[in-house]
Amino acid sequence: MAETVLRVFRGDASGGALTDYKVPVAPGMVVLDALHYIQGHLAPDLAVRWNCKAGKCGSCSAEVNGRPRLTCKTRMDELPKDEPIVVMPMKSFPKIKDLVTDVSWNYRVNKKIPPFQPRPGADWKISQLDVDRVQEFRKCIECFLCQNVCHVLRDHDKKEQFAGPRFFVRVAGLEMHPLDGANRVGLLKDELGLGFCNITKCCTEVCPESIHITDNAIIPLKERVVDEFYDPLTMLFRKMRGPSEKRNQAG
Amino acid sequence: MAGTPTPLPEAGLGATLRRDSWWTELVPVFILLGGFGVYATWRAFENAYYSWGPYLSPFYSPLIDPQHHWWPLSPALLVLAGPLGFRATCYYYRKAYYRAFFLDPPACAVGEPANRKYHGETAFPFILQNVHRYFFYLAIIFLVFLWHDAIKGFFFDGQFGIGVGSLILLLNIILLSIYTLSCHSLRHLAGGKLDCFSCVSFGTTRAAAWRGFSFLNERHMQFAWASLISVGSADLYIRLVASGLIRDLRIL
Repeated sequence: MAETVLRVFRGDASGGALTDYKVPVAPGMVVLDALHYIQGHLAPDLAVRWNCKAGKCGSCSAEVNGRPRLTCKTRMDELPKDEPIVVMPMKSFPKIKDLVTDVSWNYRVNKKIPPFQPRPGADWKISQLDVDRVQEFRKCIECFLCQNVCHVLRDHDKKEQFAGPRFFVRVAGLEMHPLDGANRVGLLKDELGLGFCNITKCCTEVCPESIHITDNAIIPLKERVVDEFYDPLTMLFRKMRGPSEKRNQAG
Repeated sequence: MAGTPTPLPEAGLGATLRRDSWWTELVPVFILLGGFGVYATWRAFENAYYSWGPYLSPFYSPLIDPQHHWWPLSPALLVLAGPLGFRATCYYYRKAYYRAFFLDPPACAVGEPANRKYHGETAFPFILQNVHRYFFYLAIIFLVFLWHDAIKGFFFDGQFGIGVGSLILLLNIILLSIYTLSCHSLRHLAGGKLDCFSCVSFGTTRAAAWRGFSFLNERHMQFAWASLISVGSADLYIRLVASGLIRDLRIL
Protein backbone atom coordinates (compact mmCIF):
# COMPACT_ATOMS: atom_id res chain seq x y z
CA MET A 1 0.00 0.00 0.00
CA ALA A 2 1.25 3.52 -0.82
CA GLU A 3 2.51 5.60 2.07
CA THR A 4 2.70 9.32 2.71
CA VAL A 5 4.11 11.51 5.46
CA LEU A 6 1.82 13.66 7.59
CA ARG A 7 3.63 16.51 9.31
CA VAL A 8 1.38 17.32 12.27
CA PHE A 9 1.56 20.07 14.85
CA ARG A 10 2.18 18.67 18.32
CA GLY A 11 2.08 21.05 21.24
CA ASP A 12 -0.09 23.52 23.08
CA ALA A 13 -0.37 27.25 23.86
CA SER A 14 3.14 27.30 25.30
CA GLY A 15 4.76 26.04 22.09
CA GLY A 16 5.24 23.03 19.90
CA ALA A 17 6.72 21.63 16.72
CA LEU A 18 5.76 19.70 13.60
CA THR A 19 6.19 15.96 13.85
CA ASP A 20 6.33 13.54 10.92
CA TYR A 21 4.21 10.38 10.78
CA LYS A 22 4.29 7.80 7.99
CA VAL A 23 0.74 6.77 7.08
CA PRO A 24 -0.55 4.16 4.59
CA VAL A 25 -2.87 5.71 2.00
CA ALA A 26 -6.01 3.78 1.04
CA PRO A 27 -8.32 4.77 -1.84
CA GLY A 28 -10.86 7.42 -0.85
CA MET A 29 -8.99 8.28 2.32
CA VAL A 30 -9.35 11.78 3.80
CA VAL A 31 -6.94 13.66 6.04
CA LEU A 32 -9.09 12.90 9.10
CA ASP A 33 -8.68 9.16 8.35
CA ALA A 34 -4.92 9.65 8.33
CA LEU A 35 -5.09 11.48 11.67
CA HIS A 36 -7.17 8.62 13.07
CA TYR A 37 -4.53 6.17 11.83
CA ILE A 38 -1.88 8.15 13.72
CA GLN A 39 -4.05 8.12 16.85
CA GLY A 40 -4.69 4.39 16.51
CA HIS A 41 -1.18 3.23 15.64
CA LEU A 42 1.50 5.85 16.21
CA ALA A 43 0.51 8.54 18.73
CA PRO A 44 -2.53 7.71 20.89
CA ASP A 45 -2.18 11.05 22.66
CA LEU A 46 -2.72 13.10 19.47
CA ALA A 47 -5.60 15.51 20.13
CA VAL A 48 -8.04 15.95 17.23
CA ARG A 49 -11.56 17.35 17.46
CA TRP A 50 -14.06 15.56 15.23
CA ASN A 51 -17.59 14.30 15.25
CA CYS A 52 -19.62 13.37 12.18
CA LYS A 53 -16.91 12.73 9.56
CA ALA A 54 -19.47 13.82 7.00
CA GLY A 55 -18.80 17.54 6.61
CA LYS A 56 -21.83 18.54 8.64
CA CYS A 57 -20.75 19.04 12.24
CA GLY A 58 -17.94 21.54 11.56
CA SER A 59 -15.68 20.07 14.25
CA CYS A 60 -12.59 18.92 12.34
CA SER A 61 -11.43 22.30 11.03
CA ALA A 62 -7.67 22.62 10.64
CA GLU A 63 -5.11 23.92 8.15
CA VAL A 64 -3.94 21.39 5.60
CA ASN A 65 -0.89 22.50 3.62
CA GLY A 66 -1.60 26.03 4.77
CA ARG A 67 -5.24 26.08 3.66
CA PRO A 68 -8.08 26.21 6.20
CA ARG A 69 -10.21 23.12 5.55
CA LEU A 70 -12.39 20.46 7.08
CA THR A 71 -10.06 17.46 7.43
CA CYS A 72 -13.00 15.11 6.80
CA LYS A 73 -13.60 16.69 3.39
CA THR A 74 -9.97 16.87 2.29
CA ARG A 75 -9.08 13.83 0.22
CA MET A 76 -5.53 12.55 0.44
CA ASP A 77 -5.40 11.90 -3.31
CA GLU A 78 -5.98 15.62 -3.99
CA LEU A 79 -2.81 16.59 -2.13
CA PRO A 80 0.73 16.52 -3.55
CA LYS A 81 2.32 13.12 -2.88
CA ASP A 82 5.94 14.14 -3.23
CA GLU A 83 6.19 16.09 0.01
CA PRO A 84 4.80 15.78 3.56
CA ILE A 85 1.22 16.93 4.16
CA VAL A 86 1.36 19.62 6.84
CA VAL A 87 -1.57 19.70 9.28
CA MET A 88 -1.79 22.66 11.66
CA PRO A 89 -4.48 23.82 14.10
CA MET A 90 -6.53 26.90 13.18
CA LYS A 91 -4.21 29.86 13.56
CA SER A 92 -6.72 32.45 14.75
CA PHE A 93 -7.74 30.67 17.95
CA PRO A 94 -5.75 29.78 21.07
CA LYS A 95 -4.27 26.29 20.96
CA ILE A 96 -5.42 23.79 23.57
CA LYS A 97 -3.52 20.71 22.44
CA ASP A 98 -2.21 19.57 19.06
CA LEU A 99 -4.98 20.23 16.51
CA VAL A 100 -7.61 21.29 19.05
CA THR A 101 -8.21 25.01 19.50
CA ASP A 102 -10.34 27.02 21.87
CA VAL A 103 -13.18 28.47 19.80
CA SER A 104 -15.24 29.69 22.77
CA TRP A 105 -14.68 33.35 21.78
CA ASN A 106 -17.14 32.72 18.94
CA TYR A 107 -19.88 31.74 21.36
CA ARG A 108 -19.32 34.91 23.36
CA VAL A 109 -19.69 36.98 20.17
CA ASN A 110 -22.85 35.10 19.32
CA LYS A 111 -24.44 36.25 22.58
CA LYS A 112 -24.15 39.89 21.47
CA ILE A 113 -26.62 39.30 18.62
CA PRO A 114 -30.31 39.78 19.48
CA PRO A 115 -32.12 36.59 18.46
CA PHE A 116 -35.11 36.41 16.12
CA GLN A 117 -37.88 38.76 17.32
CA PRO A 118 -41.17 38.35 15.46
CA ARG A 119 -42.93 41.53 14.40
CA PRO A 120 -46.12 42.08 16.41
CA GLY A 121 -49.08 40.62 14.55
CA ALA A 122 -46.84 38.86 12.01
CA ASP A 123 -48.63 36.48 9.67
CA TRP A 124 -46.73 33.22 10.16
CA LYS A 125 -47.26 32.11 6.59
CA ILE A 126 -44.08 33.02 4.70
CA SER A 127 -43.96 33.30 0.95
CA GLN A 128 -41.40 31.06 -0.76
CA LEU A 129 -40.15 34.21 -2.46
CA ASP A 130 -38.97 35.47 0.92
CA VAL A 131 -37.70 32.14 2.23
CA ASP A 132 -35.33 31.50 -0.66
CA ARG A 133 -32.87 34.26 0.13
CA VAL A 134 -32.35 33.51 3.85
CA GLN A 135 -32.19 29.75 3.32
CA GLU A 136 -28.56 30.02 2.23
CA PHE A 137 -27.47 31.42 5.60
CA ARG A 138 -28.98 28.44 7.43
CA LYS A 139 -26.45 26.14 5.78
CA CYS A 140 -23.68 27.37 8.10
CA ILE A 141 -22.21 24.50 10.15
CA GLU A 142 -20.14 26.76 12.43
CA CYS A 143 -16.81 25.22 11.46
CA PHE A 144 -15.27 28.68 12.00
CA LEU A 145 -12.98 28.29 8.99
CA CYS A 146 -14.18 31.71 7.80
CA GLN A 147 -13.30 33.20 11.17
CA ASN A 148 -9.91 31.50 11.03
CA VAL A 149 -8.98 32.75 7.56
CA CYS A 150 -10.31 36.30 7.98
CA HIS A 151 -7.22 38.50 8.16
CA VAL A 152 -8.94 40.95 10.51
CA LEU A 153 -8.89 38.20 13.14
CA ARG A 154 -5.94 36.17 11.88
CA ASP A 155 -3.38 38.91 11.32
CA HIS A 156 -4.81 41.93 13.12
CA ASP A 157 -6.39 40.10 16.06
CA LYS A 158 -9.37 42.48 16.30
CA LYS A 159 -11.41 40.06 18.40
CA GLU A 160 -12.59 42.84 20.71
CA GLN A 161 -13.94 45.00 17.88
CA PHE A 162 -14.88 42.61 15.10
CA ALA A 163 -17.38 39.75 15.09
CA GLY A 164 -16.15 37.99 11.93
CA PRO A 165 -17.85 36.54 8.85
CA ARG A 166 -19.69 33.72 10.65
CA PHE A 167 -21.67 36.24 12.67
CA PHE A 168 -22.35 38.50 9.72
CA VAL A 169 -23.94 35.44 8.11
CA ARG A 170 -26.05 34.96 11.21
CA VAL A 171 -27.08 38.63 11.32
CA ALA A 172 -27.88 38.55 7.58
CA GLY A 173 -30.18 35.58 8.16
CA LEU A 174 -32.00 37.50 10.89
CA GLU A 175 -32.03 40.94 9.24
CA MET A 176 -33.39 39.57 5.96
CA HIS A 177 -35.93 37.37 7.68
CA PRO A 178 -39.39 38.50 6.52
CA LEU A 179 -40.94 38.16 9.99
CA ASP A 180 -38.14 39.56 12.10
CA GLY A 181 -38.80 42.93 13.71
CA ALA A 182 -35.47 43.79 15.35
CA ASN A 183 -32.95 46.23 13.91
CA ARG A 184 -29.32 45.15 14.23
CA VAL A 185 -27.78 47.69 11.84
CA GLY A 186 -26.41 49.95 14.57
CA LEU A 187 -25.01 46.92 16.35
CA LEU A 188 -23.36 45.81 13.11
CA LYS A 189 -21.63 49.14 12.65
CA ASP A 190 -20.55 49.77 16.23
CA GLU A 191 -20.25 46.58 18.24
CA LEU A 192 -19.78 43.94 15.57
CA GLY A 193 -17.32 46.08 13.59
CA LEU A 194 -18.62 45.41 10.09
CA GLY A 195 -16.48 48.30 8.78
CA PHE A 196 -13.30 46.39 9.60
CA CYS A 197 -14.14 43.92 6.84
CA ASN A 198 -12.36 44.98 3.65
CA ILE A 199 -14.22 42.36 1.60
CA THR A 200 -11.19 40.41 0.42
CA LYS A 201 -13.42 37.34 0.21
CA CYS A 202 -11.22 34.75 1.93
CA CYS A 203 -14.22 33.71 4.04
CA THR A 204 -16.15 32.85 0.88
CA GLU A 205 -13.17 30.94 -0.54
CA VAL A 206 -12.90 28.59 2.44
CA CYS A 207 -16.58 28.02 3.26
CA PRO A 208 -17.20 24.24 3.01
CA GLU A 209 -20.92 24.90 2.57
CA SER A 210 -20.28 27.25 -0.36
CA ILE A 211 -22.18 30.10 1.26
CA HIS A 212 -21.54 33.32 -0.68
CA ILE A 213 -20.59 35.04 2.56
CA THR A 214 -19.21 38.24 1.06
CA ASP A 215 -21.64 38.85 -1.77
CA ASN A 216 -24.85 37.68 -0.11
CA ALA A 217 -24.28 38.50 3.56
CA ILE A 218 -21.49 41.01 4.20
CA ILE A 219 -21.95 43.39 1.25
CA PRO A 220 -25.77 43.55 1.63
CA LEU A 221 -25.23 44.31 5.33
CA LYS A 222 -22.68 47.00 4.46
CA GLU A 223 -25.29 48.52 2.14
CA ARG A 224 -27.83 48.49 4.99
CA VAL A 225 -25.31 50.30 7.20
CA VAL A 226 -24.88 52.86 4.40
CA ASP A 227 -28.68 53.28 4.25
CA GLU A 228 -28.81 54.06 7.92
CA PHE A 229 -25.59 55.98 8.56
CA TYR A 230 -23.88 57.25 5.42
CA ASP A 231 -26.49 58.01 2.76
CA PRO A 232 -28.03 61.46 3.28
CA LEU A 233 -30.70 60.90 0.60
CA THR A 234 -31.97 57.66 2.11
CA MET A 235 -31.89 59.23 5.56
CA LEU A 236 -33.91 62.21 4.32
CA PHE A 237 -36.37 59.97 2.50
CA ARG A 238 -36.84 57.90 5.65
CA LYS A 239 -37.45 61.01 7.74
CA MET A 240 -40.12 62.19 5.29
CA ARG A 241 -41.77 58.76 5.21
CA GLY A 242 -41.78 58.41 9.00
CA PRO A 243 -40.49 55.65 11.22
CA SER A 244 -41.03 52.06 10.08
CA GLU A 245 -42.36 49.29 12.23
CA LYS A 246 -39.00 47.59 12.24
CA ARG A 247 -37.01 50.63 13.26
CA ASN A 248 -39.51 51.40 16.02
CA GLN A 249 -38.41 48.21 17.67
CA ALA A 250 -34.72 48.84 17.36
CA GLY A 251 -33.07 48.03 20.62
CA MET B 1 6.40 6.01 13.15
CA ALA B 2 7.09 9.51 14.43
CA GLY B 3 10.00 11.45 12.94
CA THR B 4 12.11 14.34 14.19
CA PRO B 5 10.13 17.45 15.16
CA THR B 6 10.41 20.41 12.74
CA PRO B 7 10.35 23.99 14.10
CA LEU B 8 7.31 26.09 13.17
CA PRO B 9 7.58 28.52 10.24
CA GLU B 10 8.16 32.22 10.91
CA ALA B 11 5.36 34.80 10.73
CA GLY B 12 5.45 38.03 8.67
CA LEU B 13 4.83 39.21 5.12
CA GLY B 14 4.30 36.26 2.80
CA ALA B 15 4.56 33.68 5.59
CA THR B 16 2.38 30.70 4.73
CA LEU B 17 2.35 26.95 4.54
CA ARG B 18 0.40 27.08 1.30
CA ARG B 19 2.06 25.08 -1.46
CA ASP B 20 0.30 26.68 -4.42
CA SER B 21 1.58 29.76 -6.24
CA TRP B 22 -0.75 32.14 -4.38
CA TRP B 23 1.08 35.17 -5.76
CA THR B 24 0.03 34.37 -9.35
CA GLU B 25 -3.36 35.92 -8.50
CA LEU B 26 -1.73 39.20 -7.51
CA VAL B 27 0.58 39.69 -10.47
CA PRO B 28 -2.04 40.14 -13.24
CA VAL B 29 -4.11 42.44 -10.99
CA PHE B 30 -1.03 44.52 -10.18
CA ILE B 31 0.02 44.76 -13.84
CA LEU B 32 -3.43 45.38 -15.32
CA LEU B 33 -4.77 47.75 -12.68
CA GLY B 34 -1.45 49.52 -12.24
CA GLY B 35 -0.91 49.73 -16.00
CA PHE B 36 -4.40 51.09 -16.53
CA GLY B 37 -3.87 53.67 -13.77
CA VAL B 38 -0.64 54.93 -15.33
CA TYR B 39 -2.06 54.95 -18.87
CA ALA B 40 -5.31 56.69 -17.86
CA THR B 41 -3.43 59.35 -15.88
CA TRP B 42 -1.09 60.05 -18.79
CA ARG B 43 -4.00 60.23 -21.23
CA ALA B 44 -6.03 62.47 -18.96
CA PHE B 45 -3.19 64.98 -18.78
CA GLU B 46 -2.17 64.62 -22.45
CA ASN B 47 -5.05 66.80 -23.63
CA ALA B 48 -4.63 65.73 -27.26
CA TYR B 49 -5.75 63.07 -29.77
CA TYR B 50 -9.01 62.40 -27.97
CA SER B 51 -11.36 62.69 -30.92
CA TRP B 52 -11.36 61.82 -34.59
CA GLY B 53 -14.29 62.14 -37.00
CA PRO B 54 -17.39 60.99 -35.10
CA TYR B 55 -15.34 59.25 -32.40
CA LEU B 56 -14.74 60.66 -28.93
CA SER B 57 -12.52 58.94 -26.38
CA PRO B 58 -14.47 57.66 -23.34
CA PHE B 59 -11.81 59.29 -21.12
CA TYR B 60 -12.91 62.71 -22.40
CA SER B 61 -16.66 62.18 -22.47
CA PRO B 62 -18.67 64.31 -21.94
CA LEU B 63 -16.37 66.81 -23.63
CA ILE B 64 -16.44 70.04 -21.60
CA ASP B 65 -14.77 73.28 -22.70
CA PRO B 66 -12.36 71.83 -25.27
CA GLN B 67 -11.55 75.40 -26.44
CA HIS B 68 -10.32 76.30 -22.94
CA HIS B 69 -12.60 79.31 -22.44
CA TRP B 70 -12.67 78.86 -18.68
CA TRP B 71 -10.82 75.58 -17.97
CA PRO B 72 -7.12 75.81 -18.85
CA LEU B 73 -6.24 72.15 -18.30
CA SER B 74 -7.25 68.93 -20.01
CA PRO B 75 -11.06 68.48 -20.27
CA ALA B 76 -10.61 64.87 -19.11
CA LEU B 77 -9.70 66.14 -15.65
CA LEU B 78 -13.21 67.60 -15.31
CA VAL B 79 -14.94 64.25 -15.82
CA LEU B 80 -12.47 61.62 -14.68
CA ALA B 81 -13.51 61.67 -11.02
CA GLY B 82 -16.89 60.09 -11.86
CA PRO B 83 -15.79 56.84 -13.53
CA LEU B 84 -12.63 56.69 -11.42
CA GLY B 85 -14.62 57.00 -8.19
CA PHE B 86 -17.09 54.36 -9.34
CA ARG B 87 -14.30 51.87 -9.96
CA ALA B 88 -12.23 52.85 -6.93
CA THR B 89 -15.15 52.26 -4.55
CA CYS B 90 -16.46 49.18 -6.41
CA TYR B 91 -16.75 46.15 -4.14
CA TYR B 92 -14.83 43.98 -6.58
CA TYR B 93 -11.95 46.38 -7.18
CA ARG B 94 -11.66 46.94 -3.46
CA LYS B 95 -10.87 43.26 -3.02
CA ALA B 96 -8.44 43.38 -5.96
CA TYR B 97 -6.41 46.37 -4.84
CA TYR B 98 -6.49 45.66 -1.12
CA ARG B 99 -4.84 42.37 -1.99
CA ALA B 100 -2.51 43.39 -4.83
CA PHE B 101 -1.43 46.87 -3.75
CA PHE B 102 -1.94 47.00 0.02
CA LEU B 103 -1.14 43.30 0.68
CA ASP B 104 -3.97 43.41 3.20
CA PRO B 105 -3.93 40.41 2.92
CA PRO B 106 -1.77 39.40 -0.10
CA ALA B 107 -3.80 36.17 -0.32
CA CYS B 108 -5.90 33.98 1.96
CA ALA B 109 -3.89 32.54 4.86
CA VAL B 110 -0.75 34.38 3.75
CA GLY B 111 0.99 36.65 6.24
CA GLU B 112 0.80 40.45 6.09
CA PRO B 113 3.51 42.98 6.93
CA ALA B 114 4.01 42.86 10.70
CA ASN B 115 3.05 45.61 13.16
CA ARG B 116 0.78 47.47 10.78
CA LYS B 117 -2.16 49.42 12.21
CA TYR B 118 -5.42 48.30 10.69
CA HIS B 119 -8.69 50.21 10.59
CA GLY B 120 -10.31 48.54 7.60
CA GLU B 121 -13.09 50.74 6.27
CA THR B 122 -13.87 52.36 9.62
CA ALA B 123 -11.58 55.39 9.28
CA PHE B 124 -10.36 57.89 6.67
CA PRO B 125 -9.64 57.35 3.81
CA PHE B 126 -11.34 53.97 3.36
CA ILE B 127 -14.50 54.97 5.20
CA LEU B 128 -15.24 56.91 2.00
CA GLN B 129 -15.92 53.57 0.30
CA ASN B 130 -19.41 53.98 1.76
CA VAL B 131 -20.26 56.57 -0.91
CA HIS B 132 -20.13 53.91 -3.65
CA ARG B 133 -23.83 54.30 -4.45
CA TYR B 134 -23.33 57.99 -5.23
CA PHE B 135 -20.67 57.09 -7.77
CA PHE B 136 -23.16 54.56 -9.12
CA TYR B 137 -25.68 57.39 -9.65
CA LEU B 138 -22.94 59.37 -11.42
CA ALA B 139 -22.02 56.33 -13.51
CA ILE B 140 -25.59 56.17 -14.85
CA ILE B 141 -25.25 59.78 -16.09
CA PHE B 142 -21.93 58.91 -17.74
CA LEU B 143 -23.53 55.92 -19.45
CA VAL B 144 -26.07 58.24 -21.10
CA PHE B 145 -23.26 60.35 -22.58
CA LEU B 146 -21.27 57.28 -23.65
CA TRP B 147 -24.30 55.74 -25.38
CA HIS B 148 -24.76 59.03 -27.19
CA ASP B 149 -21.08 58.93 -28.26
CA ALA B 150 -21.35 55.31 -29.38
CA ILE B 151 -24.42 56.02 -31.53
CA LYS B 152 -22.74 59.16 -32.91
CA GLY B 153 -19.79 56.94 -33.87
CA PHE B 154 -21.97 55.41 -36.59
CA PHE B 155 -22.54 58.73 -38.40
CA PHE B 156 -19.78 60.07 -40.65
CA ASP B 157 -20.54 63.59 -41.94
CA GLY B 158 -24.25 62.99 -41.35
CA GLN B 159 -24.26 59.66 -43.21
CA PHE B 160 -24.67 56.27 -41.53
CA GLY B 161 -21.51 54.22 -41.69
CA ILE B 162 -19.59 51.62 -39.76
CA GLY B 163 -15.93 51.92 -38.94
CA VAL B 164 -13.82 49.72 -36.69
CA GLY B 165 -13.97 52.58 -34.18
CA SER B 166 -17.81 52.52 -34.26
CA LEU B 167 -17.79 48.85 -33.27
CA ILE B 168 -15.14 49.38 -30.59
CA LEU B 169 -17.16 52.22 -29.03
CA LEU B 170 -20.36 50.13 -29.21
CA LEU B 171 -18.73 47.11 -27.58
CA ASN B 172 -17.24 49.39 -24.94
CA ILE B 173 -20.55 50.95 -23.93
CA ILE B 174 -22.26 47.56 -23.85
CA LEU B 175 -19.59 46.22 -21.48
CA LEU B 176 -19.65 49.39 -19.36
CA SER B 177 -23.45 49.16 -19.10
CA ILE B 178 -23.35 45.52 -18.01
CA TYR B 179 -20.62 46.27 -15.49
CA THR B 180 -22.71 49.12 -14.05
CA LEU B 181 -25.88 47.00 -13.94
CA SER B 182 -24.02 44.26 -12.06
CA CYS B 183 -23.14 46.69 -9.25
CA HIS B 184 -23.73 45.51 -5.68
CA SER B 185 -25.31 48.84 -4.72
CA LEU B 186 -27.85 48.62 -7.54
CA ARG B 187 -28.70 45.07 -6.47
CA HIS B 188 -29.36 46.41 -2.97
CA LEU B 189 -31.37 49.43 -4.08
CA ALA B 190 -33.45 47.40 -6.53
CA GLY B 191 -34.70 44.94 -3.94
CA GLY B 192 -31.96 43.63 -1.69
CA LYS B 193 -32.79 46.16 0.99
CA LEU B 194 -36.26 44.67 1.48
CA ASP B 195 -36.80 42.07 4.19
CA CYS B 196 -40.08 40.87 2.79
CA PHE B 197 -40.72 41.00 -0.95
CA SER B 198 -44.27 39.72 -0.58
CA CYS B 199 -45.22 42.42 1.96
CA VAL B 200 -44.63 45.59 -0.07
CA SER B 201 -46.08 47.22 -3.17
CA PHE B 202 -44.36 46.03 -6.36
CA GLY B 203 -42.60 43.41 -4.20
CA THR B 204 -42.75 40.71 -6.87
CA THR B 205 -41.35 43.11 -9.46
CA ARG B 206 -38.58 44.16 -7.10
CA ALA B 207 -37.81 40.52 -6.30
CA ALA B 208 -37.53 39.83 -10.03
CA ALA B 209 -35.26 42.87 -10.45
CA TRP B 210 -33.14 41.75 -7.49
CA ARG B 211 -32.82 38.28 -8.97
CA GLY B 212 -31.89 39.71 -12.38
CA PHE B 213 -29.27 42.05 -10.95
CA SER B 214 -28.02 39.21 -8.73
CA PHE B 215 -27.48 37.10 -11.86
CA LEU B 216 -25.31 39.86 -13.32
CA ASN B 217 -23.70 40.53 -9.96
CA GLU B 218 -22.37 36.98 -9.76
CA ARG B 219 -20.18 37.90 -12.74
CA HIS B 220 -19.25 41.37 -11.50
CA MET B 221 -15.52 40.58 -11.50
CA GLN B 222 -15.56 39.44 -15.14
CA PHE B 223 -17.53 42.53 -16.22
CA ALA B 224 -15.19 44.77 -14.20
CA TRP B 225 -12.15 43.48 -16.08
CA ALA B 226 -13.81 43.29 -19.49
CA SER B 227 -15.06 46.87 -19.24
CA LEU B 228 -11.73 48.15 -17.92
CA ILE B 229 -9.92 46.61 -20.88
CA SER B 230 -12.57 47.83 -23.33
CA VAL B 231 -12.52 51.42 -22.11
CA GLY B 232 -8.70 51.53 -22.26
CA SER B 233 -8.71 49.91 -25.71
CA ALA B 234 -11.34 52.33 -27.04
CA ASP B 235 -9.26 55.29 -25.91
CA LEU B 236 -6.06 53.79 -27.32
CA TYR B 237 -7.70 53.11 -30.68
CA ILE B 238 -8.97 56.68 -30.96
CA ARG B 239 -5.57 58.02 -29.93
CA LEU B 240 -3.83 55.94 -32.60
CA VAL B 241 -6.30 57.04 -35.27
CA ALA B 242 -6.31 60.70 -34.20
CA SER B 243 -2.52 60.88 -34.09
CA GLY B 244 -2.31 59.37 -37.59
CA LEU B 245 -0.45 56.25 -36.52
CA ILE B 246 -3.19 54.02 -37.97
CA ARG B 247 -6.18 54.56 -40.24
CA ASP B 248 -9.75 53.81 -39.21
CA LEU B 249 -10.98 50.98 -41.40
CA ARG B 250 -14.45 51.65 -42.83
CA ILE B 251 -16.61 48.54 -43.05
CA LEU B 252 -19.66 50.32 -44.48
